[in-house]
Amino acid sequence: MAFVQQSSPHARSARPTSKVMLWVILAALPGLLAQTLFFGWGNIINVVWCIAIALASEAAILKLRNKPILFVLKDNTAAVTGLLLGLSLPQFAPWWVSGVAVISAIVIAKQLYGGLGSNPFNPAMVGYALVLISFPVAMTTNWAEPALLWDKAPSFSDTLSVIASAKQTAIDGWTMATPLDEYKHKIATHTADEVLAHPTFGEGFAKGWEWVNAAFLVGGLVLISLNIITWHIPVAFLSALVVMSLAFGSNEDLYAPLSLHLLAGGTMLGAFFIATDPVSAATSHQGKLIYGAGIGVLIYLIRSWGNYPDAVAFSVLLMNFAVPFIDHYTPPRTYGHHKARRGLPGGGRN
Amino acid sequence: MSSTIKLWDFSGGIHPAENKERSTSRPIQPAGIPGQLVLPLQQHIGAPAKPTVAIGDAVLKGQKIADVSHGMGVPVHAPTSGVIESIGDYPVPHPSGMADRCIVLKPDGKDEWCERYSISDYRSLERDEALAIIHSAGVSGMGGAGFPTDIKLRPPRDRKVDTLILNGAECEPYITADDMTMRERAHDVVAGLKVMAWILRPERCVIGIEDNKPEAAAALRQATQGTQIELAVIPTKYPSGGEKQLIQILTGMEVPSGGIPADIGVMCQNVGTAVAVAKAIFEGSPLISRVVTVTGEAVRNPGNFEVLLGTPLNYLLDQAGLQQDRVSRLILGGPMMGYTLTTTAVPVIKTTNCIIAAVAAELPAPPPEQACIRCGQCAEVCPMELLPQQLFWHAKATEFEKAEHLNLFDCIECGACSYVCPSSIPLVQYYRYAKGEIRVQRAEQLKADRARERFEARQQRLEREQQEKELRRKERAKAAAEAQANKKAEAERAAANGEAVDERAAKSALVEQALARKRASTEASNAKVAAPAEPALEKPDIEALEKQFAQAQSKLDTMQAMLEDAKAQQADNVDKLERAVTKNHDRVKRAEEALADARKILATQPESQSSD
Repeated sequence: MAFVQQSSPHARSARPTSKVMLWVILAALPGLLAQTLFFGWGNIINVVWCIAIALASEAAILKLRNKPILFVLKDNTAAVTGLLLGLSLPQFAPWWVSGVAVISAIVIAKQLYGGLGSNPFNPAMVGYALVLISFPVAMTTNWAEPALLWDKAPSFSDTLSVIASAKQTAIDGWTMATPLDEYKHKIATHTADEVLAHPTFGEGFAKGWEWVNAAFLVGGLVLISLNIITWHIPVAFLSALVVMSLAFGSNEDLYAPLSLHLLAGGTMLGAFFIATDPVSAATSHQGKLIYGAGIGVLIYLIRSWGNYPDAVAFSVLLMNFAVPFIDHYTPPRTYGHHKARRGLPGGGRN
Repeated sequence: MSSTIKLWDFSGGIHPAENKERSTSRPIQPAGIPGQLVLPLQQHIGAPAKPTVAIGDAVLKGQKIADVSHGMGVPVHAPTSGVIESIGDYPVPHPSGMADRCIVLKPDGKDEWCERYSISDYRSLERDEALAIIHSAGVSGMGGAGFPTDIKLRPPRDRKVDTLILNGAECEPYITADDMTMRERAHDVVAGLKVMAWILRPERCVIGIEDNKPEAAAALRQATQGTQIELAVIPTKYPSGGEKQLIQILTGMEVPSGGIPADIGVMCQNVGTAVAVAKAIFEGSPLISRVVTVTGEAVRNPGNFEVLLGTPLNYLLDQAGLQQDRVSRLILGGPMMGYTLTTTAVPVIKTTNCIIAAVAAELPAPPPEQACIRCGQCAEVCPMELLPQQLFWHAKATEFEKAEHLNLFDCIECGACSYVCPSSIPLVQYYRYAKGEIRVQRAEQLKADRARERFEARQQRLEREQQEKELRRKERAKAAAEAQANKKAEAERAAANGEAVDERAAKSALVEQALARKRASTEASNAKVAAPAEPALEKPDIEALEKQFAQAQSKLDTMQAMLEDAKAQQADNVDKLERAVTKNHDRVKRAEEALADARKILATQPESQSSD
């Protein structure tokens, strides 16, 4: 009789990558639900479209690379990339904008670097940043107005036809600048009270956005409780944003208030779902704290003094650059050693 | 008391399915005497024992059949009475499935003991005597590595053991051998521990036991009553039974990397080892059997067995009701750190604690390896606080230097990282590979270093010899130069006498002659100028000619010296001088001939003169 020959350990836990990714998708659903409730059908259509394009482009590249297509697609990572883009793109973004974003995310940022695990940059954010720079008008004018402000909410088919670029007529009535954008541009010439009088702002919060962010926060906490992500990156990210806002943004007549920083824009989606992409993030606990804090600081800097109203994509990508460096200098102290061995073998320490 | 013991936590760890209850439902049963016992000569770390019996010898139970005369090691004893059937190579428990030297004993069924000497009061012994008894009883660590216990109980002189830890954690899933031993033989466990404590004289003596073994803990609590032994019930978390982790849990200290527990004043001993020590001292029985867990879904009657060392696994598995058609993998040890066997024809040895006969669904083959997504789960569970995923990258890329820099060699191969890896990457296998490659590289480096040392030594020796040779050559050359100078002088004399001693002397003689002729010819020509006028009239002036020749000779000497000097100084005029020398060669010859003619004439002259 021939027994199975295998190296230890023989026992394994049963949570493969595909399940981890499935949990990420499930944890994002409350956020998607909130987006749909407060901003209409746009996000759902985007998500479905982006996931489809993500899977198709991943399959095409796998075919070209002679890799097993189904085996890789089943790891659900391409679906997560599509989902994240669908959640973060403007609700009425034309189909080709999201298409370009997804294809560049999957083909350029992920597969050209060697596929899953080998990409130094967060694929979804590469796609997002690319379309934000390439199609600035489409990326800033297609944000949905909070549903509460709509006279007549766009139906599913209305939304679909706008996204499919078939019908552009009614769109102006449904879209507006994001609250962060609004605040940033108005505050130069108005006082904070005047800016906040705009109907997009509720009781000091951004209407609808606060619920979307709260939903993503809940989903993120689920991921932490399931041990799929650790608390380090989100906590460092949000803490840095809070600290920066308290330190520099106390004057609301100049800078957006802390409540907007935390609950408007892509803050919670970024903190729990995007910055925590393990492939492109730092590895050790200490490294994750630095990485997360770096993103938080950069987001505040770009939102307050940069040209863009939101900054999750740029901040994440900038910190992706720093990951190899952070990793080299933040290894944990191994059991039985007095201190961590930093840097490179034989190279300089600290 | 146990509740007041301060405990620490170790980093990481996992909670795999324990599957322990399966083998704890029945008490420990004797496995009986198989038809044949195969006893490897090396069941411990160190040198293999040498047989002290020959084929055909009848031996008694407990009789020493192999011993270690020097170096590290422990003897082997006959587990029952019988006859030595053969001594040769048989498959032994090893991941490679290799064969090793074994003594095969055919039991006679009488199970007849040899004479034993029990000691009731070990305190009356010298400590060295107690250690000698433990040594000759063949006791080595029964937890896994098989380190000779008597050597371990003699820590380095500068290391005082303050804390003696008895490792009853048994954190590996499936295994219950220590659990059942503690439940049923708590008295022996404590007795053995007391002996070891008496030998080491620690300040603190702690038994560490996971909280998933309440029965064992209760038994030990009873057995330790009235003693100073502490009983620490620790939270169940794999790998709390790892020596380094248990030390951290119980003392909060870490064993320095590359060091031993004694470096921080700690020593760990295994439960089974304590029982073996107790038996050696109080019964005089050597280590001839041990408790082995036989479990897995492919056996009908899982449980723990008291097994004679050397018992073939197939015999033992049959005792537990192995279902041949169901077993898919056979693991020696636990599911986390054990290794798979290729055959059941290997014997139980001193370190065999568990055998798992698993069906396919129980421990399924892992799904195909996927790409690492750097999720960091591995780092979260690593009890040594390593960066498993970085180690994996480096091992895969054969960047061993970087892997070593990230403390690859601190990895205890507990398997927690592989267990949690969502991409089912066999991480531990990569680390073993990297460690193996680095060890090979180190061995090769050592070999290369030695070769280089040898080469350099040889080069030095050759150089020295060359220098000595050179020195001798110079001395010889000096001697030769002197000899040549003498020869030259001789040759000159020889040339003067017209005889050449040897070729070289002849050559120099020729030169000298030529030099001589140069001036001789000048004078001879002068003489000839005068001579033709009166050759026939006057008889030749021999005396004048002889004088001329002598003068030519002395001039030649001077010229010769000049030529030598010119040659020695590599002067430009050497060619000139040499040409002049050859030119004058004829002249000198002619002068000589003139002299000779003159002498001839002189000899004939008187008659012709008279006739004239």
